[in-house]
Amino acid sequence: MRSVSIIGAGMTKFGEHWDASFRDLIVEAGVKAVTDAGVAGKDLQAIYGGCMASGRFIGQEHIGALIADQLGLNPLPSTRLEAACASGSVALRAGYMAVASGMYDVVAVGGVEKMTEVSTEEAAIALGGAGDQEWELFNGATFPALYALMAQRHMLEYGTTEEQLASASVKNHANGVHNPYAQFQRAITIDDVMNSGYVATPLKLLDCSPITDGAAAVILCASERAKEFNDTPIEIAGSGQASDTLALANRSTLTAIPATTIAAKQALSQAKVDIKDIDLAEVHDCFSIAEIMAIEDLGFFKKGTGGKASADGETAIGSKIPINTSGGLKACGHPVGATGVKQVIELYWQLRGEATNRQVDGAEIGLAQNVGGSGATAVVHVLKRY
Amino acid sequence: MRNLLPLIWRKIPERYNLIGSRDEETGKEYFPQRKISPAVRRRGKLVDHPMPRDGTIYSYSLVHSAPTGFEVESPYFIAIIELSNGVRILSQLVDSPAERVKMGAKVKLVFRKIFEDEAEGAIAYGYKFKVVQ
Ligand SMILES: CC(C)(COP(=O)(O)OP(=O)(O)OC[C@H]1O[C@@H](n2cnc3c(N)ncnc32)[C@H](O)[C@@H]1OP(=O)(O)O)[C@@H](O)C(=O)NCCC(=O)NCCS
Repeated sequence: MRSVSIIGAGMTKFGEHWDASFRDLIVEAGVKAVTDAGVAGKDLQAIYGGCMASGRFIGQEHIGALIADQLGLNPLPSTRLEAACASGSVALRAGYMAVASGMYDVVAVGGVEKMTEVSTEEAAIALGGAGDQEWELFNGATFPALYALMAQRHMLEYGTTEEQLASASVKNHANGVHNPYAQFQRAITIDDVMNSGYVATPLKLLDCSPITDGAAAVILCASERAKEFNDTPIEIAGSGQASDTLALANRSTLTAIPATTIAAKQALSQAKVDIKDIDLAEVHDCFSIAEIMAIEDLGFFKKGTGGKASADGETAIGSKIPINTSGGLKACGHPVGATGVKQVIELYWQLRGEATNRQVDGAEIGLAQNVGGSGATAVVHVLKRY
Repeated sequence: MRNLLPLIWRKIPERYNLIGSRDEETGKEYFPQRKISPAVRRRGKLVDHPMPRDGTIYSYSLVHSAPTGFEVESPYFIAIIELSNGVRILSQLVDSPAERVKMGAKVKLVFRKIFEDEAEGAIAYGYKFKVVQ
């Protein structure tokens, strides 16, 4: 396998785009990434796009072909990949493997979702497809409720409190203030979260990521050719992925996402780095409890201590391990198919020192963890400056 | 909306009578039914097997933002029940006053309407659980 690097990145602002269509979002992110990389249409050899539920959200499938068409890149082979909220990361992995294998030198990877075209109730049903329709959603579960069941158990087993959960949202909103691409660029307090009304106990509105439109794209290139296009390419040094049961009830535990730990081991060992070497991470905080579990499952903190670590400020920029400098899914927004690609874009900017007011000083190695559903898919990438 | 009728009737033994699977080789029990035994990663000796109808609350949540079809019941409790054989299933809790819904509380299966699909005129029935003294 050869080394693969990111040589360009671009994304739309995340948020409610009343004025932009699904296609507009793809074109904006795609053109920005291609321009940033300085590649021409003739350099690109294939496209991989992540998208979760366009059929439910806008009635459109066949997104691979749509992307190539809208970007004027026919007849390039173009494929859509789906793994619920981890669709963007599995697209990245597909592009990564295509270049690593030597099949292609330069490919485009994107992620997109347009979620605000339908009501919150309809969005909830579309997102419910990430869980087990027949045995969970059928019986009245919602997506927030699945994570609520994990939170409740985490609180029982480890004494995690609602305030500790809230601290993850507060920190992510604080980071979002400095990210011009974030859906919410405003700070919130623990009290704001505590008073934001229950969606599914113990989770409140401000424990939840929002409904978002957005697209994100990166250009991947064989590292041996990367400097033809870019002075500071960022290497994808490791890539891991694991699966688990679709239904939450069938898992071995509710207080962890075991697939995260497995995917992280793969990615870290491939990158030949220890979790202690990671300078910053983007993790999948679709709900506050998901961030608490992620920082434990990845090994930044011991199981059960994530809530306290978060409340003590250990995940803020400038402290032990900066988590979700982009604002995370909570504040940056969560257009499900785009999130996995957005995470690595944030790392790309951070590792190049381009993250302006939210820059982590001297960042050289970053990690991205993206989860599909309630943990049935987990994908971890390790990125390195070289 | 998908046609719910086949989804409902195909699963009647499981939804109405909580029939799961037991792998005669490993002794492991599963719900819902499985065709392949995950423990041995092959068909194994899976046979239909009724699940116990009692258990305890392993985790729960009071759902305030209800999905389509469940609005009238909102807010309602859902729970992961640990059946007395150790198998866990997700279910709604009914006829259970909030002060009795606690981690570890004893529950038993009751047969109820799950939801009504007005457009299709289909009514889905199945298991729910209620807290017992
Ligand atoms: C939490 C949730 C139910 C709220 O939806 P809602 O009740 O319909 O909220 P509304 O769209 O009516 O928004 C009401 C206000 O709250 C704000 N808001 C909504 N969700 C928010 C969130 N998660 N965080 C912060 N603010 C939020 C809106 O911007 C709006 O503000 P405004 O009145 O100033 O415009 C919805 O965001 C949701 O389902 N989130 C989870 C998404 C999900 O499951 N993703 C997949 C995870 S794997």
